[in-house]
Formats: sequence, C-alpha cells, structure tokens
Amino acid sequence: MSPESETSGGLKTELTLGLPGDLQVQKSGIKRGFSEVVDLKLVNDSKAESQPPSTTQVVGWPPVRSYRKNLVKNCKYVKVAADGAPYLRKIDLEIHSSYQDLLTAMGDMFTCLTICNVLNERKLVDSANGEEYVPTYEDKDGDWMLVGDVPWKMFVESCKRMRLMKSSEAIGLGAAAPSTPSKGSSTSC
Amino acid sequence: MSEDEELPDLGGGATPNSNSTVVSIGGGDQNYVSPGPDQVLENVLENVLCFLTSRRDRNAASLVCKSWYRAEALTRSELFIGNCYSVSPRRVTNRFRLIKAIAIKGKPRFSDFSLLPPDWGAHFAPWLRAMAISYRALEKLYLKRMCVRDEDLAIAAHSFPILKELVLVCCEGFGTDGLAIVARECRQIRVLELMDSVIRDNEVDWISCFPEDVTCLESLIFDCVEAPINFEVLERLVARSPSLKKLMLNSYISITQLYRLMIRAPQLTHLGTGSFSPLEIVAQGEHEPDYFSAFAACKSLICLSGFKEIIPEYLSAIYPVCGNLTSLNLSYANISAEQLKPVIRQCHKLQTFWALDSVSDEGLQAVSAACKDLRELRVFPVEALEDAEGPVSEVGLLAISEGCRKLQSILYFCHRMTNAAVVAMSKNCPDLVVFRLCIMGRHMPDHVTGEPMDEGFGAIVKNCKKLTRLAVSGLLTDRVFNYIGQYGKLLRTLSVAFAGNTDLGLKYLLEGCPKLQKLEIRDSPFGDSALFAGLHHYYNMRFLWLSACKVTRQGCKEVARQLPGLVVEVIAWNEEENGTSEDVDTLYLYRSLDGPRADAPRLMVRPSLIMLGKALFNYRAGFPLAALKISPSSCGFHALAVEPSPAA
Repeated sequence: MSPESETSGGLKTELTLGLPGDLQVQKSGIKRGFSEVVDLKLVNDSKAESQPPSTTQVVGWPPVRSYRKNLVKNCKYVKVAADGAPYLRKIDLEIHSSYQDLLTAMGDMFTCLTICNVLNERKLVDSANGEEYVPTYEDKDGDWMLVGDVPWKMFVESCKRMRLMKSSEAIGLGAAAPSTPSKGSSTSC
Repeated sequence: MSEDEELPDLGGGATPNSNSTVVSIGGGDQNYVSPGPDQVLENVLENVLCFLTSRRDRNAASLVCKSWYRAEALTRSELFIGNCYSVSPRRVTNRFRLIKAIAIKGKPRFSDFSLLPPDWGAHFAPWLRAMAISYRALEKLYLKRMCVRDEDLAIAAHSFPILKELVLVCCEGFGTDGLAIVARECRQIRVLELMDSVIRDNEVDWISCFPEDVTCLESLIFDCVEAPINFEVLERLVARSPSLKKLMLNSYISITQLYRLMIRAPQLTHLGTGSFSPLEIVAQGEHEPDYFSAFAACKSLICLSGFKEIIPEYLSAIYPVCGNLTSLNLSYANISAEQLKPVIRQCHKLQTFWALDSVSDEGLQAVSAACKDLRELRVFPVEALEDAEGPVSEVGLLAISEGCRKLQSILYFCHRMTNAAVVAMSKNCPDLVVFRLCIMGRHMPDHVTGEPMDEGFGAIVKNCKKLTRLAVSGLLTDRVFNYIGQYGKLLRTLSVAFAGNTDLGLKYLLEGCPKLQKLEIRDSPFGDSALFAGLHHYYNMRFLWLSACKVTRQGCKEVARQLPGLVVEVIAWNEEENGTSEDVDTLYLYRSLDGPRADAPRLMVRPSLIMLGKALFNYRAGFPLAALKISPSSCGFHALAVEPSPAA
C-alpha cells in the first residue's frame, strides 16, 4: 500500500498514541507534542533559551501520571440537606461555575423544587405547596449564611455544607433576608 | 531497586565436572568415584551460599570462579531483572534453576507520562513462557511497568500452583477477567496487590471468584481497579480471611461499606479507605454509623490511604488512629489547611505523608510542627498546569526542612521556589537520599532573585552526602550539572527536564557521577559530543533516556558501533517526505546480553496531522523498532534500532 493511498483525513488518523482511555490528545515521540502549537520552529529553537510562550502545552509535563490527573477531579463535595426531604444529597461545588448553575443543580436534585429568581433573591419553591426554600450554608467559621452574598469562588472556598431552609426559618440570616411567605406576591414565577 | 541485576555472563551453563578422581580401592569396587576437592568445595559452597540473600553479594560471589558461579546459580532463589530487555528469559532460566521469587521491570519511567507509544513493548508473555517451564515452584511474582494480558494471568495461575504473592505495579493490558482467574485458581495466594495499574473493567465479579472456604489472604490491594465491586461478597471474603492485614479498597466502596468491613477486620494494619464518602443518597435523620469507633477498634492500624472522594467532615473519624500512624496518604483528598490541621497535629509518629498541594504552605507548616519523625513527604498538585498560582511554594519547603530534620525522601510539586529554601533544606536535612523538586513552569527561575536554580540544587548534592536520587527543574544552566558531577558521587538516578545550555552539562554528569545508573533527560540541548562522553560508562548503567534533545542518528550509530553490548533504540520523525533527517526524538539505550529485541511495535497509527516545516505526512505502516540496520524511510513515523556490530 503506497503511502499516498492512506488518506490523511478521517477518524483513522485521529487515533493517538496515548494510554487506553486517555482522552487527551497525547502524542509521543513528537518534539513539541500538540499540533496546536503552530510555530513549532520557534519552540524548537527556544529550547535552550528563555521561556517558551506559556500557553504551549507539552506532552508529559508536568510529570504527573494520568490517573492522578483524572481521579483528583478537583472535587469539593458538600452535603446538602433540604428541610423536610428524607434524604441528604451530596454536591460537588467544583463542577459549578456560578450560583445560578448551583441552583439549577439543586433544583434537579430535589425534583419537587423549582428555581424562582425574584428581585435578587435566589429561592427554590416547592411547586406542590408553594413553600419557599432558601439555600443556606455553613461556612468555615461555623456560621450559617445565605448563599449568594459573597463572590462565588469565596463561597466554594468556605462552604462546608448546605441546607435548603424554609424561608420562614431563614429570617435574620443576613441582609438579604427574604420576605415572609404570607406575602404571596413574591412567589409568582 | 536501582541496583545492578546481573553482571555479564561468564560464559557458562553448567559444564561437566572434570575434577573427580577415579580411585580403585583394593580388589573392590573399581567404579567408585570419590568426589574431588572441587566438588566438595562446591557442595560446601552451596550450603553456605544459601545464607547470602543480597543480590549484590551474590553477583560478587558468582564472579570468583566458575565453581562459585555454578554454586551461586544453583542456590539463588530470588531474582531481580531491572530491565526486561537486558537479558533473554532463556538465558535466565538456563543459569538459575531454583527461582522462587522474581521481580521484572519493563518500560522506562518516562512512559508513565505518555512519552512512549502504548504498544512499545515490555511484554510479560515471553518471560512467562520460560518461567512456566522452569520455575513451577514460583511463589512470588512482582512486575513493574510490564504489559500483562488476561491470558498471561491465566497461564501464570495454571503454571505456578504454589504462587503466594502477585504484585503488579504500573502494569496494563489485563482486566477483571484476569483477576477472576487469579482469584479462582491461585489457591495459595496470600498477597494480591494491584498498584497504579490500568485495569479494564470486563464487568466480571472477580471478588466472587475467591474460594469459599477460609482464605490465607494477608494483603488485598485493589484501589486502582476502576470497576464496581460486589460488596456483599467482599464483606464475606474479609470475614473469612483472618490473616488479612492489608486491605486497600477502590473508590466504589462507600464509607458506610468501609465501616462494615472495618468492624469485620479490626486486625488490619494497612487500610485504603476507598471513596470515604457516602453514597449519593443518605437518609436524613438516620444515624450514620459510628465511624469513629470503627477506627478506634483498629488498634494495629499504622498505614492509612484512599480518601478518593472525601467529604472532609468525615475526616475526624480517623482521629483514634492518628497517634499510631506511620504512613498517611491523603494525595487524593482535596482538603485545605484548616481541614488537615486537626488530623496532622495528632500524627506524632508519622514517617510517610503524601498530600495534595491544596493543603497549602500553611498545611505544610502544621506537618512540620507535628511530624518530627517524618522520613518521606510527597506533595502532588491538584492542578498539574504550568501557569497556575499554586498554593505551595518555598515557604512550605522551608517549613518542612526546619521541622522534619530526619527527612530522607521528598517529592514536591510547586509553581514557585527559591534557591534559599532549597539551600536551607540541604543543610537542615542532611539525611536526604531522594530529592525530587518539580517546579512546574518550564525554565522558572528563583522567583525572588530571578536567578537560575543552580545554587539550590548544587547545595543539595553538596550537603546531602547520602543522596542517591535527584530530580531537577526550573531554570538551570550548565553550572548545576557541574555541581552534580562534582558532588553527586553516590547518585544513581537523575531526572532532568528543560535544563542546561550546552553539551557540557551532560558531559559533567557522565564524567563526574560514577554510580549513575538511570539517567532520564528530556527537552535539553545535549548533543552527540555529550553522548560520546558517556561511552566509558554506559555498560554500567541500567539505561539512558534522551528525548527532545540534540543527538543525531549519526551519533547514535557511533555509540552503537563502539559499544556492541548496548541496544540503542531510537524513535524519530522524518521532516520531509522523501529525505532522511538526522533528528532523533527519543533515544533509549541500555546494555543487553542478547542484542536488540524482536518485539518492537509496528507503528500503525499516528497522531493526527502534524505540519512540520512544509511537509504534510501521510501514513504508512511503520518499521519495526528492531530493524537490523538503519533504513531510511521515505516518510512516516518510524523507529529503528541500531544493531550492535557483529561480535568481535
């Protein structure tokens, strides 16, 4: 079979020389690794000199085995309890990027609840009985705070566990204390 | 592990003993052959040599004379093969007849970082074929970085009826099918340890395959097996394994299940805790088990690991055992300094500690304050990226050096470092045997002074007089290699990446370090003239690895020509469709008694299109690695081995 008869397109040529199950495009034996490195000549020449552009990726560097990269999913699990729900869940804060994202996930977990964003308050509402739940969390210092008051990253850092509290109990938890449930207007979604 | 495994063969299997004397005694038996003095000596030797256990001692004894060589060969029971290609299985089984324990290592370490194709080699099968014939009384099998197939495990189980220990480290090629066969057929198995290996999930319930009666299991380590476990069966297995001392669970075991196992096996000394997290759904209000008292009941626990998906608030359950722990591996637990502190401050006896850099400098300071007996520390990165603001730095390193004066081994990943901290460690920790510092940004200088990291590493080799293993990183000039060559007289293993300026760097190493066994270098500007500087030494080494350096094919050929006892493996890209380039991407050379290997991969596939210069590649089946001569190929990723010149 002449070299030319094997086409360079198609899935066949996308197989990589990596460990089984290794999803990253890892190429061994290539000077610079990834084909995303457009200007390979530059990188080759700069071997002995100053730092190459920091965005270039190099195969096998830093020398951390793939199972350490895969398994340590940078995860941060916290327990989530919802008042009245029979089960605790656990949620990985690291996989979410914002409060909205987190609320969506919690809404999915406790399926009777739907998100209701009113004004700037974030709540979950039980569509069956209109009961409002406010997400709260216990921080590093042991204080219970309302979710949403601090920047997202800071929240991920300091959150130890979460509780979906009934609105009625959440009064006094901070500046953004919700209005009492008897005022029906805020529950319209 | 880095010791020489075998010195060159003196040229013999057994030769007929020609030293006996025929003695005729009176009118009696004329055929009696009295043992000659040499035979007597050999008998005595055999009985004495049984007591020699160190392989270095045995290697030395075998060199005395042919008689000693034979006696030693007949009495050696433990074999260590540091490079599976340095000697053929046949040669080994011809020489040693009575082997009960064997350790074989395959791929070079850089293969862990995807720097070799997956089918590169290191197959267990040929070894197995020879051993299945000659070593049927095998009791212990240890393999590291070898390719092991399910069929191999089946054959091994069948061929070694009294196999007691099977340890597979960084291996791949098999799955739970193979494990099932081992469980079922190795009736005497005491130790089954799978570590850092890639194991296929064949969806086989291998745990169920252990025999139903009481087992003699002492160690069961399967934390790297990424497959669900039949828990009820595992629980029963643990319950009927009264000798079980080491149990390391995978992440499919929840903390509730862990509890049940622990109360069945309070005699455990080594425990890998699995996920250390409850299953998704935990009934609210239902009392969770008393994990704390389960740990309290394990009075012999000295080694703890696992924590693969930890919910940090469960960590307090381990408090009862902290005071006894000598080894704690939290390297899968993304916990903060605050979460670490209450644990570590109780671990007064800790000698080995592995963690993620999430514990930050502050966490390391807590380690330093509490663990005065620490011998080994490893700090792994949560984010193995070059450009990150890592949470550990020279501050943590300095703290450790000040608090843990008995430190012998350190592996430290960080994003920034200073010479001052490294120098301080060199002075505070004179017992260091292993110093591996990985500053993850390439060519990163001392972040305070802007200088290269030469002085820091220089101080390490100078002050740590017992140092045998070193890994360097950061911005490094030829000077650091000068230091290493000057002071690293006991150095056996050295890892270099993105370092040095000229050939001088490598020359300093090869000329200066007489004990150097394993040298792995990547992305450093060392070329042919440096390569030649090691000709006097390559026969004494386990291997030399150079990737993305400046050696050429000509250079490699010349080395092979001058040293016929070496195998020189080269992997190279062509840069043009129709030419041959002198470039060498990876050079891997090692001594071998049996010449180039025949099992090099046919490189059928290549990564997706690469443009180098102006050429666009098409594919063609690659040449086998062990070509008999260098053959230029018109295109394609091809690998070639330079065959040593015909034996003189």
